[in-house]
Amino acid sequence: MKWVLLTFIFTIATVLTGCEPLMVLDPKGPQAETQAKDIMLSIGIMSFIVLVVFAILIFMLTKYRASKQSKDYEPPHIEGNIWVETICVGIPVLIVIFLSIVSVQSNNIVEATPKGYGDKEPLIIYASSSNWKWHFSYPEENIETVNYLYIPTDRPIEFKLYSYGPITSFWIPQLGGQKYAMSDMVNTLHLAADVPGEYMGRNANFSGKGFAENTFNVKAMSEDKFDDWVKEVKKTAKPLTEEKFAKLLEPGHLGQSTYTGTHLEFLPPPEGENGGHNHGSSHSSKAEKHDNSSETSSESEHHHQ
Amino acid sequence: MDFFDRFAIPHASPAIYASMVAIGLTVIAIIAGLTYFKKWGYLWREWLTTVDHKRIGIMYLISALLMLFRGGVDAIMMRAQLAVPDNKLLDAQHYNEIFTTHGIVMIIFMAMPFIMALMNFVVPLQIGARDVAFPRLNALSFWLFFMGAMLFNISFVIGGSPDAGWTSYFPLAGTEFSESVGSNYYMIAIQIAGLGTLMTGINFITTILKMRAPGMKLMKMPMFTWASLVTNAIIVFAFPVLTVLLAMGTMDRLFGTHFFTTTNGGMDMLWANFFWVWGHPEVYILILPAFGIYSEVISTFARRNLYGYKSMVGSMVIISLLSFLVWTHHFFTMGQGALTNSIFSITTMAIAVPTGVKLFNWLFTLWKGKIEITTPMLYSLLFIPTFTIGGVTGVMLGMSAADYQYHNTMFLVAHFHMVIIPGVVFAMLAGLTFYWPKMFGFMLNEKIGKLSAWIIATSTLLAFVPMFFSGLDGQARRMYTYSESTGFGPWNMVSFIGAAGLAVGFALIVYNIYYSTRYASRDISSDPWDARSLEWATHTPVPEYNFAILPQVKSSEAFWDAKKHGHELFQGEYEKIHMPNNSGVPFILSCIFFVWGFSFVFSLWIPLILTTIGIFVCMAYRSFEKDHGHYITVAEIEETENNLRGA
Ligand code: HEM
Ligand SMILES: [Cu+2]
Ligand SMILES: [Cu+2]
Repeated sequence: MKWVLLTFIFTIATVLTGCEPLMVLDPKGPQAETQAKDIMLSIGIMSFIVLVVFAILIFMLTKYRASKQSKDYEPPHIEGNIWVETICVGIPVLIVIFLSIVSVQSNNIVEATPKGYGDKEPLIIYASSSNWKWHFSYPEENIETVNYLYIPTDRPIEFKLYSYGPITSFWIPQLGGQKYAMSDMVNTLHLAADVPGEYMGRNANFSGKGFAENTFNVKAMSEDKFDDWVKEVKKTAKPLTEEKFAKLLEPGHLGQSTYTGTHLEFLPPPEGENGGHNHGSSHSSKAEKHDNSSETSSESEHHHQ
Repeated sequence: MDFFDRFAIPHASPAIYASMVAIGLTVIAIIAGLTYFKKWGYLWREWLTTVDHKRIGIMYLISALLMLFRGGVDAIMMRAQLAVPDNKLLDAQHYNEIFTTHGIVMIIFMAMPFIMALMNFVVPLQIGARDVAFPRLNALSFWLFFMGAMLFNISFVIGGSPDAGWTSYFPLAGTEFSESVGSNYYMIAIQIAGLGTLMTGINFITTILKMRAPGMKLMKMPMFTWASLVTNAIIVFAFPVLTVLLAMGTMDRLFGTHFFTTTNGGMDMLWANFFWVWGHPEVYILILPAFGIYSEVISTFARRNLYGYKSMVGSMVIISLLSFLVWTHHFFTMGQGALTNSIFSITTMAIAVPTGVKLFNWLFTLWKGKIEITTPMLYSLLFIPTFTIGGVTGVMLGMSAADYQYHNTMFLVAHFHMVIIPGVVFAMLAGLTFYWPKMFGFMLNEKIGKLSAWIIATSTLLAFVPMFFSGLDGQARRMYTYSESTGFGPWNMVSFIGAAGLAVGFALIVYNIYYSTRYASRDISSDPWDARSLEWATHTPVPEYNFAILPQVKSSEAFWDAKKHGHELFQGEYEKIHMPNNSGVPFILSCIFFVWGFSFVFSLWIPLILTTIGIFVCMAYRSFEKDHGHYITVAEIEETENNLRGA
């Protein structure tokens, strides 16, 4: 038992402090940072609980083994003890209350415009999935990419997620946790990148045969570089036509490609924010302001639960 | 599609052809064997038509063990495929079918019958009853489960297995994205088995409430009986949801309705919500009986009464209520906003409190005890630390903001295996070893038993702890391959070694059964573990009527009190005992259900109509049948009792 425990702690220690940090614990943006902090905090508290349980178990096993006792020892009848039970309930309750407070705070943080970016105009990107690709539409810039994403650093990004097929989940671990993209509604995910770099993005929700390769590359760069890239795309890329987009939607894998114009014009996303399927979302009013398609959201009475 | 094309396997591989041949040969061997040894009559009279809860329990047990190996083979294939990057062992379609069937087989057709096996065998004995409340319904429950399992298991050789995950989320599981009949099998096979489970729920609630021995008040019931009562209450509330859900899914797939489609107003998340409204309570349906087993085993081998009996009962009741209030934690990421997530985050973490209470009560049951480490006890002791790791990672998942990072990753897979394997599988193996002498009249070998417990526990850690790390490193679940550059390779290699270790552990259990069947002494007492509750007050083998005289109960450890304090359990004279007659109807009805299910899967409407009529004919037959059971006379009882006492 002791041996197992030691190996376990040792592995955790080496990995967590080790040379190559685990992706989720190596955040490059404020949302991922909030999440990584929560994860480390809960690992700390939970390790304490695990240690307590291990310690009590080892104590009981070393002290009360039959082989260590006299033959005629008769264990007593013990119903319980109000103090012991109060402690066994009380401490977990306190821990759960503490974690609940942390959790509620973090929920509000990850559902809002990233901290410290409040004064900046968010960049809106529509990310839609089709079997097994990602389409990124930049309505402001009027361009669209397939299977890769360029974003400026130091600017909040608002992803509008939806799907042309099965439920998928849009995930860039180093920028923040995932959210579902569904065919009947538009979901909003707030992310931001602090540091320029290349990040892995993927669909995390199983969506059939091509799921494993359902990935995309994310490149975060300074705002100037981003603007240069947009200009460049406008100069060199071909326009996205309806026929072309219909082709792109066909099931299968594709490499990366770039277009001027977006498919939002001829194939709008599921109506409005939440597409008539209001899950009871509480988007920040800020987000609402920038999203001119949001009028319908307040009228939506459709609940899933 | 041509008529016959539907029956073909969509992606035939050598492995599937080989299993086809193996299945064929096994069936032929069984039929030939039964005929050669003239065992058809015996099989029919003693097993297929039996209504005895003990035999039904044993049949559940055999089915569960078989399914454990079916699911285990799937698991090994998956871990082998992922052991190294860019592996070509399985293709995507095959991998998808394997993880889907692995999940369903393990949860619905392995864990469920395993708990049903122990519940059937133990509960009536433990409450001092002669049978369950509705013995024939009980037989029907078993056979429905069995036929559901068989129907599901032929999917990979006839028409193709489901491939949309055991959660079968729509629209992926709809006909648009999942064309083969695989998901039809899912809908129908689980439906048939689920009906059986629902009936078991009603049956056991009635049994426990109505058939307890004189003096056994609710608060004097042994802990496993309590666990079974709470579990069956959850079943009765949760399974109707599944029934309706599967019916809706079937209609979407076969009759063109649009409950869950991408078009015409279908709501994909409706499936997910309903699924988890059933699914989360389902995990407690599995874990609570396991908790009951641990309570029995730990107090038996600590040689002490269970610490905190009342808080054990209370925490189970609270868990059962909370289990219905947390389903949304399975899709925190669907965009329901911070408020909803916060509420479900709190209810989820709250379950950790009563679960923790139980853990501490087991730990304090060891206190001042006289701990003897037998195989069942070893499983229970290994359960405590491993399950704690699984449990605390559950709390971590419950923090919804952080869950955005864990969701759909190997971290989740690690969590639920670290609760399900120590929680359910260890408990079932502990229960199997513990009750084996009562079931079969000999003990399993302790040396081999302990060795397998150690191997299984260490392999569980090896197989699943790496997944916590690969999950945090960005490995999504359900990926059939990954590239070298991801760096997931070493984690998955360790996992594979662990999975192989688990296989060795389970093989060792089979060897133990074989070895002990051959060599173990048949000369054991009816109470080989020096145990505490009523099931051990019976003879071994347990006679058909369980107790010649119903016991008088004074505490939750009636048998212990009888042994230690001279409390008289069996008072009075023998009287004739009324017992139910055997019946072929449950078996025949379930066979018809099998054909009905098969017809449904392949949209064979004429057989479907005929079998539907057949089902109603069986039910009508039953309701007009005059069968008042039979009496066992006092003379017969005396003879049986004297024989058993002499043995
Ligand atoms: C300490 C108590 C527990 C807590 C706090 C907890 C929490 C959770 C959470 C939050 C999830 C969803 C994670 C996600 O989708 O990202 C989950 C999933 C799961 N849990 Fe637990 N859990 C607990 C105990 C159990 C037990 C006892 C079992 C089984 C006997 C179990 C089996 C599962 C299963 C099968 C899933 C699978 C989800 C899937 O396929 O998506 N859990 N648990
Ligand atoms: Cu929706
Ligand atoms: Cu759940």
